[in-house]
Amino acid sequence: MLYRENGQFKTSYRADQQIFPIRQDRIAVGLLLAVAFVVVPGLAPEYTFRAILIPFLILSLAALGLNILVGYCGQISLGTGAFMAVGAYAAYNFHVRVEGLPLVVSLLLGGLCATGVGVLFGIPSLRIRGLYLAVATLAAQFFVDWAFLRIRWFTHDSASGSVSVSGLQVAGLPLETPAQKYYFCLITVLVFALLAKNLVRGAIGREWMAIRDMDVAAAVIGIRPVYAKLTAFAVSSFLVGVAGGLWGFIHLGAWEPAAFGIDRSFQLLFMVIIGGLGSIMGSFFGAAFIVVLPILLNQVPGWFGLPLSTATASHLESMIFGALIVFFLVVEPHGLARLWSTAKEKLRLWPFPH
Amino acid sequence: MGFFLETLFGGLMAGMLYALIALGFVLIFKASGVFNFAQGAMVLFAALAMARFAEWWPRWLGFDSKLLANLLAFVTTMAVMVAVAWLIEKLVLGRLVNQDGITLLMATLGITYFLDGFGQTLFGSDIYKIDVGMPKDPLIVAEQTFEGGILLSQEDLIAALVAAALVALLALFFQKTSTGRALRAVADDHQAAQSIGIPLSRIWVIVWSVAGFVALVAGIIWGSKLGVQFSLSMVALKALPVVILGGLTSVPGAIVGGLLIGVGEKLSEVYLGPLLGGGIEIWFAYVLALLFLLVRPQGLFGEKIIDRV
Repeated sequence: MLYRENGQFKTSYRADQQIFPIRQDRIAVGLLLAVAFVVVPGLAPEYTFRAILIPFLILSLAALGLNILVGYCGQISLGTGAFMAVGAYAAYNFHVRVEGLPLVVSLLLGGLCATGVGVLFGIPSLRIRGLYLAVATLAAQFFVDWAFLRIRWFTHDSASGSVSVSGLQVAGLPLETPAQKYYFCLITVLVFALLAKNLVRGAIGREWMAIRDMDVAAAVIGIRPVYAKLTAFAVSSFLVGVAGGLWGFIHLGAWEPAAFGIDRSFQLLFMVIIGGLGSIMGSFFGAAFIVVLPILLNQVPGWFGLPLSTATASHLESMIFGALIVFFLVVEPHGLARLWSTAKEKLRLWPFPH
Repeated sequence: MGFFLETLFGGLMAGMLYALIALGFVLIFKASGVFNFAQGAMVLFAALAMARFAEWWPRWLGFDSKLLANLLAFVTTMAVMVAVAWLIEKLVLGRLVNQDGITLLMATLGITYFLDGFGQTLFGSDIYKIDVGMPKDPLIVAEQTFEGGILLSQEDLIAALVAAALVALLALFFQKTSTGRALRAVADDHQAAQSIGIPLSRIWVIVWSVAGFVALVAGIIWGSKLGVQFSLSMVALKALPVVILGGLTSVPGAIVGGLLIGVGEKLSEVYLGPLLGGGIEIWFAYVLALLFLLVRPQGLFGEKIIDRV
């Protein structure tokens, strides 16, 4: 009976177009944010920050970027790891080579470099699609992996592409404790999620979805496929690049190209599929699911007195991921996000079935 | 000159093996329109099963003949691959009929992960050996023409012969048998084939079983060359650019594409590699395929599908 919208009248277009049109949703989101900002940093132990919260936030941002490309524009990409790597290494170069450049600026410039590379590898999408595009983006993955491993200039002459950053600070505040890093990631992710949500609600988002649903029809009604596809690649790689920068700078601190290998690309694609194709919320669900599942697999059997070996746990993990991908594609192509909205629909009518 | 030829032959042999894996892709794409990302996982799975069964059968039954062990292992593995094909049809593809290409591609990605994990849980994840008695010594030919002769690996030669035989066999199967005709009919038009009474689901099981057979052969050859381990499924990623280059629907295309990529890769590594810092084998095939896509999206021998936007 709590989740009712009767009595909530919209008297202006503005009110009708809010991101969360139902009052209960707004309250819930407000509470969630309050918990994220106030309660969590006070309660969470350091391990939770390092192993769950920070990776979750950063990977959500990357999944968000990928979701714009795959979920909203229908262009499959298996090279997300590569664009993350470009973001991370470009931000590193700006950080090291330009004296006194603020961290946020380096990260954004890293994102811009990723945009450039993303658009470059997105050009084939104008002539090919689906299956072929997957191979084109794999090319990006392998090429970028190699470039950061072998070309010394990118890594400031360090051996085997491993680099590290230290003494990070934002606007005079140090970024050292896990809680500080958590706040930084949280704010960044919220800002970009809001931007992305507004982009996909706007004209450009509708163009992407039109291209995804049927590109010929979209072209007929006057949507320029070139513009729509390339902007999707640009926005997507920008977000992914910033996420890459965060992953390197904030989460890892020191990294090598293997941190952005092909496994990362697949992992992000899984987040998008499991979380929900074409849903901003879904990116967060997917990221949470994929970050938490391996940890649960390592811990839960131990509680029941059946500890799994690391190898078994990792095999089990890939089996579960594989099975879940197929399950979601077959049963619920819109992923966890759709389950969530179905639950909300039910709640609105509760306790009546119709 | 001798060194150049040696590299060239090395490339051709490696290319033949890529072609063998690519063949699996092409078979499935031709008959069902599914871009089977899981072909690499199937190669790994088959090789793992083969290696382990060859170890287990003698222990269970208490005999000592290597030939018998390999034979039994081959038969068992083939049975397992057919079962896998049947399960994939029943659980995945049968439920995704009429979905678009991207969905099917992602489904096979799921199958890839499942098979990787499942195979290693079932058969273990160490490095195993497949020993089917392939000669290991290199062959030296043309000693009087070139100084030092040309080094050829006998293993590679046999692999190339096997691959060629397999292609001939598949061509015969496709052209001459009634099942082959049904397969081609399904490839041309699912609905038309179904309406004249060709059972789609059974055809798909057959196709996936044949792809499983090709994967098994590829797995045995790669496995006895390099050992069976997880990295085998990465080798299979090489087959993707091969099919792009050769054309998704063409069996000869898979062979030519494989040879081109094998040769290009070895030559570029040897002659271009030092200039670029080495290790360019990793991306050469992909960048070649990418450039090729821009010029001729359907590949060398592929059918031209006209729906460009």
